[in-house]
Amino acid sequence: MPGVKRIAGRAVALDRRDVDTDQIIPASWLKRVERTGFAAGLFGAWREDPGFVLNRPGAAEAKVLVAGANFGCGSSREHAVWALQDFGFQAVVAPSFGDIFRNNSVAAGLVPARVTEEAVARLFAALATDPDAELIVDVAAREVAIPSAGLGEPFELADYAQWRLLEGLDDIGLTLRHEEAVTAFEPSRPAWLPSLAGQ
Amino acid sequence: MAERLFDKIWDRHVVATPEGEPPLLYIDMHLVHEVTSPQAFEGIELAGRKVRRPDLTVATMDHDVPTTGLDKPIADELAAKQIERLKRNCEVHGVTLFPLGSPEQGIVHVIGPQLGLTQPGMTIVCGDSHTSTHGAFGTLAFGIGTSEVEHVLATQTLRQVKPAAMAVTVDGELGPELTAKDLVLGIIRALGTGGGVGSVIEYRGAAVRALSMQGRMTVCNMSIEGGARAGMIAPDDTTFAFLEGRQHSPKGRLWEQALDDWRSLATDDGAEFDREIRVDATALRPAVTWGTNPAQSVTIDDLVPDPSSMSTPELREGAERALAYMGLTPGTAIRDIPVDTVFIGSCTNGRLEDLRAAADVARGRKISSGVRALIVPGSARVKAEAEAEGLDRVFTDAGFEWRSAGCSMCLGMNGDILAPGQRSASTSNRNFEGRQGPGGRTHLVSPAVAAATAVAGHFSLPGDL
Repeated sequence: MPGVKRIAGRAVALDRRDVDTDQIIPASWLKRVERTGFAAGLFGAWREDPGFVLNRPGAAEAKVLVAGANFGCGSSREHAVWALQDFGFQAVVAPSFGDIFRNNSVAAGLVPARVTEEAVARLFAALATDPDAELIVDVAAREVAIPSAGLGEPFELADYAQWRLLEGLDDIGLTLRHEEAVTAFEPSRPAWLPSLAGQ
Repeated sequence: MAERLFDKIWDRHVVATPEGEPPLLYIDMHLVHEVTSPQAFEGIELAGRKVRRPDLTVATMDHDVPTTGLDKPIADELAAKQIERLKRNCEVHGVTLFPLGSPEQGIVHVIGPQLGLTQPGMTIVCGDSHTSTHGAFGTLAFGIGTSEVEHVLATQTLRQVKPAAMAVTVDGELGPELTAKDLVLGIIRALGTGGGVGSVIEYRGAAVRALSMQGRMTVCNMSIEGGARAGMIAPDDTTFAFLEGRQHSPKGRLWEQALDDWRSLATDDGAEFDREIRVDATALRPAVTWGTNPAQSVTIDDLVPDPSSMSTPELREGAERALAYMGLTPGTAIRDIPVDTVFIGSCTNGRLEDLRAAADVARGRKISSGVRALIVPGSARVKAEAEAEGLDRVFTDAGFEWRSAGCSMCLGMNGDILAPGQRSASTSNRNFEGRQGPGGRTHLVSPAVAAATAVAGHFSLPGDL
């Protein structure tokens, strides 16, 4: 997985709260056994409305999605992250995220940038004035900016998540460095714990 | 120091705390299903890795399995391919699988407890957000994404930043018409759909203690609908009575040892939580959702709310969007809303006790003409046990369809879906737009209200019939 340091490009403003992962990628798309090929399913139902933000000119080139609070709530489907990435998004900026969605994003290399409610309101206002404005997500500096509007908003991202995103690290590879600790832990587990051995 | 149930389980599973990295947590049981696992198994194979503990991994088929015509090949080619892939992955990696047709097949969160694989003090994960169900046993259980599924397959651990601990204390007793479903919908209404983000909830109080294990599972199941990672209830004699004698429960001397340990798990007196909310059980009434997230509910005695009466612009805007999608007019009595479809099942309400509650309402009655009503048992075993009690006949005599086990219309992956504009009373967990089929309109209710609604043709309590 390549690292991501700085994303600069067009943004799409989705001014809705509590956007659930069923909206991001409807269940009918979850039958795929691949990690790719989900772009056409992204916001499948909402895109049937010609006025929906992803149907506006230029949206296909967007790199950043700006959304309302609790983005990605609901189902654990990582397909929601894959669909956003397949469409071209490299970051989502919102005041809060569903916990599982946020973990999935970091694992798959999509930047979940958490800003304040006030900051997201300023970003929405700037994008309403100039939908073509360039938006920059600087992962190293943890800042979202729209230079043409004079906006620079700090965002929250845990140190470990930032490091993984910047370096594009394989989480499993990192954990396997501690394999000895896992092996040492296992014999201490209580004998009554269930096992499927011999089933 | 006074410790919480959550800390006690967390601490005994920390394998390592590497400098600058989140702790590594050991996973006692990993539940796997066909939808969120194929890419994880593929990742393992591409990296030349192995499943570390196939003996602590168990798989079943639930999300896109058909619930009728099991004697015929699966018509949906994509679903058939996904199901076949799970079978292949389990064979190659030595993972125990309860496939379609097995007497133990069923929804992952129904079969774990049923087999005794869910025990107090464990950590359990699954690529499914309703893994919180298992918290009913005093277990730390949460949903993960496919990359994390791959991580657990390869390492039997997970890297987790420790969530905050929230207490939801329910005072008083639930009234006679109330169920665990009404309780949890009331809790989520108080919490809001994002109120639990970043937290693990411990449910406490007299009303929670009085719940059966099935009821506790219903409550913990919906923790994620309030945004929480997990929900849990301290184990007690109700828990131990449920577990004793199950296939994977400890036996003999080990059972005694386990009991001693399990009794020590409860939150210590004086332990503090990062946040606490209190809910008065005596103030609750049977719940019906009116909107497109599970926090948007009222009681069955209420009217569809008026967005203009809501306290914040965000709530107002959300309610307006939801009512437009749901095709509802503010001020309409909930009991006056007609439904086309009734769905009784899911990991929330697909256990034997739920089917008995619905059957008690259906017995000797007929469903309203024009209503399609599905009963989908949560597991093949629940189905067999219900049939042994004659519940299938009660339902079919009343005009319900008696189906085979699976997730079915909870998420509509298997073809059991609403047509656009159709309205359901559903015992499942999510009323999101399109959840039960594109354009479908979902109202979440308890099994008793669902069955009464099927008979009346509009939202009803059993006592209204």
